[in-house]
Amino acid sequence: MSDRAQIEETVHRLIEPFNRKGVALTAATSFAGDLEWDSLTVMDFVAAIEDEFDIIITMNMQAEIETVGQLVDAVVKLKG
Amino acid sequence: MTDGLATSTARAADAAAAPPRDLMAKFDGLIAERQALADSGVRNPFTIVMDEVLSPTEAMIQGKRTILLGTYNYMGMTFDPDVIAAGKRALEEFGSGTNGSRMLNGTFRDHVAAEQALRDFYGMAGAIVFSTGYQANLGMISTLAGKGDYIILDADSHASIYDGCAMGSAEVVRFRHNSVEDLDKRLGRLPREPGKLVVLEGVYSMLGDIAPLKEMVAVAKKHGAMVLVDEAHSMGFFGPNGRGVYEEQGLTDQVDFVVGTFSKSVGTVGGFCVSNHPKFDAVRLACRPYIFTASLPPSVVATAATSIAKLMHAHEKRERLWNNARQLHGGLKRLGFALGTETPESAIVAVILPSQEAAIGMWQAMLEAGVYVNMARPPATPSGTFLLRCSLCAEHTPAQLDSVLESFAQAGRAVGAIS
Repeated sequence: MSDRAQIEETVHRLIEPFNRKGVALTAATSFAGDLEWDSLTVMDFVAAIEDEFDIIITMNMQAEIETVGQLVDAVVKLKG
Repeated sequence: MTDGLATSTARAADAAAAPPRDLMAKFDGLIAERQALADSGVRNPFTIVMDEVLSPTEAMIQGKRTILLGTYNYMGMTFDPDVIAAGKRALEEFGSGTNGSRMLNGTFRDHVAAEQALRDFYGMAGAIVFSTGYQANLGMISTLAGKGDYIILDADSHASIYDGCAMGSAEVVRFRHNSVEDLDKRLGRLPREPGKLVVLEGVYSMLGDIAPLKEMVAVAKKHGAMVLVDEAHSMGFFGPNGRGVYEEQGLTDQVDFVVGTFSKSVGTVGGFCVSNHPKFDAVRLACRPYIFTASLPPSVVATAATSIAKLMHAHEKRERLWNNARQLHGGLKRLGFALGTETPESAIVAVILPSQEAAIGMWQAMLEAGVYVNMARPPATPSGTFLLRCSLCAEHTPAQLDSVLESFAQAGRAVGAIS
């Protein structure tokens, strides 16, 4: 499994506890629109992602990330 | 091709005829929510008018004598005779306004006096007065941390701190509320070179909980970060000199910047930052929310200077305020309410309610019984909670608080928040 695929799998796993509507996840799934997350959920989820990958996703970067695919890209870049 | 041309011509015509977009349409959801609230027959908690203020603890609201339990007037300085006399004198001698920026024509004798009073109160070399507490955070945070620097802030930070981050150009990192471990981890992941500002609050105003500043400041220093602490909700009654939670936790020489407000314990309006940094005064030259706004009226800074000087020795008021916090917190706990803190950590006591309906129903019942408290709802509150927030005043009497507790008991039973 490529690094990206592995990261994607981990991101999907971390989304699940917050995926209250059971939305099927694709790269295009959006956090605000499809998952309907509010700012508090985003905060908890970002903290979980940061701790899992031992990275920092600044609020400035978060503002640019709208979809699951974009998040995976960002994590790949931050890990690389 | 003809079709294509026709389509593009039609598009051009559409564009030319594009109706003006109503930018106010984005508020339709909010307006509908407010309307639904009004239609349910309750009074709007966000449009209360005080027609007459009788004392630091009582006002007339819609013809009813009402106990004020949600004003942040912690030390009850608003009707202090010396404070009022100073304000009147300044009003008569200097007029009603300043017409200008502190950096141009807006610095009067009493702005200097208020800054001196702050230096004396905090035992710090530098003090800068802003026009509001909001602007103090906005200005300090946006100015201190520049492009390439990092701001590390508590997730439950006040809106003024978030807005200071948004106004500036630093990278912004959040940590979980009051978690020393989370702060440490995040600081540890940041690159070593850039400047770092950790922003903390002594008392978090929604639940009234205090921060483990001692541990947090130690972690910040370990990672080479500077520390700014907002002590808006602690001035006058934490620490040996009433300087705030940072003083109570023994950090007087550890904190780089302390931000505060005149609108709570001081009893007027305005904001400030104090610091021992040798270059602190340079902030005046670079801080837009300091430069590009009118300075406070002379009467306001004169009342602030007098009030701050009196707060230095207000030991008896401090004692009464803490007694009041213990009485209210203990009484509400005995009644069975869920509270924001296990013990009375500050002068804010937050009652946690299960829903907006329960919160508004209870808020209204309290008001009809003659007690004004604050209702708070998401997104201002942490974890989506609905709160009735009480803030105590040194001038509340034990009898007033007994009657407040009686009202809470009745209202709480009426909405099913307690049995």
